[in-house]
Amino acid sequence: MSEMDAMNFSGLGPLWLSVQLAAVTTVVLLLIGTPLAWWLAQTKTRWKSAIEAAVALPIVLPPTVMGFYLLILLGPYGAIGRWWVELTGSTLTFSFSGLVIASCLYSLPFAVQPLQNAFEAHGRLELEAAWTLGASRLDAFFTVVVPQSARGFLNAIVMAFAHTLGEFGVVLMVGGNIPGETQVISIAIYDQVESMNYASAHRLSAILLVFAFTALFAMYFINRRWQRR
Amino acid sequence: MNAAVDLHYVLRRTEFSLDVDLKIPMEGITGIFGESGSGKTTLLRCIAGLEVPSTGQFSINGDVWQDTPKKISRAIHERQIGYVFQEPRLFAHLNVRRNLEYGWRRRGDADDGVDFDQIVNLLDLEQLIDRTPDELSGGEAQRVAIARALLSAPRLVLMDEPLAALDRARKDEILPFLDRLHTELSLPILYVSHNIDEVCRLCDHLVVLDRGRVLAAGEIQSVLVDLDLPLLGGDEAGSVISGTVEAYDADYDLTRLKFSGGALLVPGRFGDMQSSLRLRIRANDVSLCRDRPNDSSILNIIPVTVDEIQIGQGPYALVRLQVGQDFLMARLTRRSCDDLRLKPGDELLAQIKSVAVRTTAE
Repeated sequence: MSEMDAMNFSGLGPLWLSVQLAAVTTVVLLLIGTPLAWWLAQTKTRWKSAIEAAVALPIVLPPTVMGFYLLILLGPYGAIGRWWVELTGSTLTFSFSGLVIASCLYSLPFAVQPLQNAFEAHGRLELEAAWTLGASRLDAFFTVVVPQSARGFLNAIVMAFAHTLGEFGVVLMVGGNIPGETQVISIAIYDQVESMNYASAHRLSAILLVFAFTALFAMYFINRRWQRR
Repeated sequence: MNAAVDLHYVLRRTEFSLDVDLKIPMEGITGIFGESGSGKTTLLRCIAGLEVPSTGQFSINGDVWQDTPKKISRAIHERQIGYVFQEPRLFAHLNVRRNLEYGWRRRGDADDGVDFDQIVNLLDLEQLIDRTPDELSGGEAQRVAIARALLSAPRLVLMDEPLAALDRARKDEILPFLDRLHTELSLPILYVSHNIDEVCRLCDHLVVLDRGRVLAAGEIQSVLVDLDLPLLGGDEAGSVISGTVEAYDADYDLTRLKFSGGALLVPGRFGDMQSSLRLRIRANDVSLCRDRPNDSSILNIIPVTVDEIQIGQGPYALVRLQVGQDFLMARLTRRSCDDLRLKPGDELLAQIKSVAVRTTAE
């Protein structure tokens, strides 16, 4: 039995893949979500509500709907998928890269909404003071807004990470079930149940349950501590 | 090169418009005085770059910061200003020292010898340096905000009613520090206020704004005695004159101050011999008589010449009196004016009931 098989057997392979996917997705969402949330918090455009609604769509849409559209879009004949094939020679669907793109869209509101709330609560007063003290827009954002929005960032990180870890439908549609490439923990659980392997399903489910509770508990606990301060 | 601030701003909002053309001297404190809604704050925000005017031109000592017809407009952080807002706006996540260092670290290569310890000392912040903003009283927080602005090495300080949010006691706590800025730093300060007492105490020059337009601008002494300025009439009318300490009578605890029109006795001891002081005399505290009263409790009775009389609406008239090179204002009833048959050129005696002395050096 190779090392890889041993990991798959114990369920650690899919778990590790899930953690990698969630970590990459969270980092990408922070990079994209922060400017988007800041823009949404500041903008006076009449399109604001439409854009907010689009960002929030993954909360209400069945994952299969998102997964279906993404499958078309990312597939070798889709707008993005074709371009990706030309660029890299491989397809986006049924690959880890495709999963990252799908997860980023799927978890977008969970990163953007806490950040936007934090930025909107921040106001302009201290920011204006920072500008007059010689800080550029970017400098003031990182030295005044970011430290004072720490709670928003914590919530965004925990929610984006945990939500990506728990996704199932989108991953199944876009990524399928390829061990080591797209078989994340939620898919592996489904797989084990399908093959009547309940002990293994139990073990994996318990890991996910404990993790999800711990992450959310830590987030609420730290939030409460910060609120009291 | 003009050693002055030269500015011109035009800005239109739905309910308000600003159209201001001003030259501001590079030394001392220039008061921007006016009712709320007169555009004082908007003017400061235009200078700082926080407001975008439809036309804006600004230069300081010949350096152009803004000239919209030529498409020049420096970013806010590239204008060397120190802005003190009505609220302290301290950074809540930083302690006092880190707040003070914020602008100081970003002052660039401006080599003007801003000394961190000197400013901390000037505003008496040594005891507060390790506290967080929420551990400061309103007055303390505003002192930190003033120091923070000064430490960013500004070429021009903008103060937007820095005392307006404070109660009487907190104001009295901060005013001496503003006096010290005036004497110890040679920075031009624009000081927005709607409080004539503050303006008279602190400012050397005065700009009067009304509904976005400049009504008057100049040395405070001459602007205050301009009878055509309706805002400065009424209860708050008065004049500011400079004097030097001539003698101190320890027996009665009275200081004798010399000014261009003679000498005045004021209760208490002020300054060193020959030091310059600023005196404010309210029009309500000045009364006139044709002959020297034989017995009067009033200490200061000085000869004056009537310069101009303005009969207002209601029971009062405002009379401008010349004494040497200076002016006094007297607020009399119209009835008294008629009884005394006052006319310009009349030589009379002014009885001055009280004199407010400001230790601000000229």
